[in-house]
Amino acid sequence: MTDDQKELRTLTYRDAIREAIHEAMQKDARVFLMGEDVGRYGGCFAVSKRLLEAFGPERIRDTPLSESGFVGAGIGAALGGMRPIVEIMTVNFSLLAAVQIINNAAVYLYMSGGQFNVPIVIRMATGGGRQLAAQHSRSLEGWYAHIPGIKVVSPATLEDARGMLWTALQDPDPVLIFENAGLYNMEGTLAGDAGAVDIDKAHVQRAGKDITIITYSANLYKSLEAAEILAKQGIDAEVIDLRTLRPLDDQTFLASVAKTHRALIVDEGWRSGSISAEISARIMEGAFYELDLPVERLCSVEAPMPYAKHMEDAVLPQVDKIVALVRKMVGANG
Amino acid sequence: MPRKKIDLPGQIDHLSILDEDGKLDESLDPGLPDELLIKLYEAMVLGREFDRRMLNLQRQGRIGTFPPITGQEAAHLGAAAVLQADDWMVPSFRETAAELWRGRSMESVLMAFNGFNEGFHVEEGRNDLPNSVPVGSQVLHAVGIAWAMKYRKEKRVAMAFFGDGATSQGDVHEAFNFAGVFQVPAIFVCQNNQWAISIPRSQQTRSKTIAQKALAYGIEGIQVDGNDILAVYAAAAEAAERARNGDGPTLIECVTYRLMMHTTADDPKRYRTEEEVESWQKKDPIHRFQSYLKEKGIIDEDGIADVEASVKDRIQEAVDTAEKQMAETPDPLHMFAHVYDTMPPHLEAQREQLAQWRNNTGEEE
Ligand SMILES: Cc1ncc(C[n+]2csc(CCOP(=O)(O)OP(=O)(O)O)c2C)c(N)n1
Ligand SMILES: [Mg+2]
Repeated sequence: MTDDQKELRTLTYRDAIREAIHEAMQKDARVFLMGEDVGRYGGCFAVSKRLLEAFGPERIRDTPLSESGFVGAGIGAALGGMRPIVEIMTVNFSLLAAVQIINNAAVYLYMSGGQFNVPIVIRMATGGGRQLAAQHSRSLEGWYAHIPGIKVVSPATLEDARGMLWTALQDPDPVLIFENAGLYNMEGTLAGDAGAVDIDKAHVQRAGKDITIITYSANLYKSLEAAEILAKQGIDAEVIDLRTLRPLDDQTFLASVAKTHRALIVDEGWRSGSISAEISARIMEGAFYELDLPVERLCSVEAPMPYAKHMEDAVLPQVDKIVALVRKMVGANG
Repeated sequence: MPRKKIDLPGQIDHLSILDEDGKLDESLDPGLPDELLIKLYEAMVLGREFDRRMLNLQRQGRIGTFPPITGQEAAHLGAAAVLQADDWMVPSFRETAAELWRGRSMESVLMAFNGFNEGFHVEEGRNDLPNSVPVGSQVLHAVGIAWAMKYRKEKRVAMAFFGDGATSQGDVHEAFNFAGVFQVPAIFVCQNNQWAISIPRSQQTRSKTIAQKALAYGIEGIQVDGNDILAVYAAAAEAAERARNGDGPTLIECVTYRLMMHTTADDPKRYRTEEEVESWQKKDPIHRFQSYLKEKGIIDEDGIADVEASVKDRIQEAVDTAEKQMAETPDPLHMFAHVYDTMPPHLEAQREQLAQWRNNTGEEE
């Protein structure tokens, strides 16, 4: 390894994904990117900027405005031996392709008796908090995580934004990558040789002994911030980034709960019938006797996302709410 | 001039080569070799007889619900017959004769329609997708497959099948549009059998033809007599050549008729008249092809009887084999096998749980 490769460099979450796409396209001629405005425009979140110049219109493919169309064609291309990266502008519009994702991509292997894998990767932005109102702000990754046959990942860190894509492309099953749109501008450092990472293990992002905060994606940072505040108040929180929502790595959080005896789940999705409900159930099934008190959940308010900033802030999980909940759970006074 | 007619490209032809009595329009004869004509005839008879036998089996409770193809043999077989082995076929669910032509075994069909996972397995090397249930959604997969071929500069084609009802689905239009924009080597074969369960073709679209929808997407379109196997073959061969030459996709509307029920769970008497069915029976694709072959002197009454007898033998053999296989109740634990390429831990746990539960209940019995 040269020093150059080891050297840390500063970049954004967006840059990290772009690098990952760039590298995948260089390494494998079967890989191509398609979606709305991914070419000259560079993608609606500017992820694919300058990739058209590098790879040409056959591989950075602007499509008609037709989500079911390009997801369906992507499934076909995957069946036909390609490794498509399909970009859907946001999860909100993936609903137009729900049949293709849920009723086709997720079951082709099963329905062909094991013959046809669908090695497609579908990337999409998710999440609220940017004042884009109800139809632009959904967090439906947990809803997709309900479906057998697909994998659902949600990179929170630069390492994962950089490294999950390649692993997803190697995976013979369809993988959905959810990128919280609030993270694209996040800046950080990455090793020069940062590359592929696993997509099946949760990570302990902050070790602690008093309570386990289980979260993923953008809420990882709210949880870490809360943990720092709590640390100053003498409460030592462990923070877990799930990374992958399906299949769920429950071993990591069960082990943590066995140590801390308290669990709080922070999830931007709606509470009822959510991934937070699933995690809570798994803790009940797998660590019931370890618990000192019931699991708590901090989720988005179950209403369509409001447009106004103060209302949107009120809907979403926030640092102060996490701090307050944790303090209540550990029995801290005041 | 503020207002004038726009000169739109394209015109929609209707192609018919064999009339209802099997009389050939010589100027349009695609000139297929005798050997192929006989093979196609046998395949049509096989499709028809297999349908008949499956209906009996279904009525006896020996297989489950299935969608009969009777009356539509020419429409799907004639199209699939132009495909090479390394081309792709993307079926809906009413193309059984074409699937058998492509090498699917009758045993596999019988097992699939009896709910056995084994029946869904597509053997290595057969480039056919499994039957598709979400109406119209499969058409996009043919577009993607065709696009992959184009990307690799292979001269192969992908052929998608769907019904008249499917043409009301967004996915089908998105497929036409996509294929047109990217000029992929796809062939869209619509089996317009006049009905989508109980909804007549006239209630699916106000358009005079389905073929004309091609014009809106800037792709080639043609309507053919779907009960005339020579016409279907000729149109499909033309489309395949166009696709292989890099000249883009084609929509072929095969005008045909579903002579039987939508599926064995349906009773068409509730929504259509006997007269209508009878009028289409006169246009039967097998009868007219048979008359033509007799007239041409490449088959006689003895030959026809031989084909029927050998087809029935083959079907009997397949039924015997399939029933023998199905007699051994398959292991339900098999259902976990192909959910993912490698089984994730939560599924392993669920598999383990089911296995244990079965063992326990087994002991109690
Ligand atoms: C998306 C979707 N909607 C409804 C159905 C139920 N369904 C199954 S077949 C069918 C009619 C299909 O008609 P058509 O496309 O003309 O094909 P045909 O059955 O006549 O061959 C319907 C409504 C379905 N399978 N998928
Ligand atoms: Mg129909």
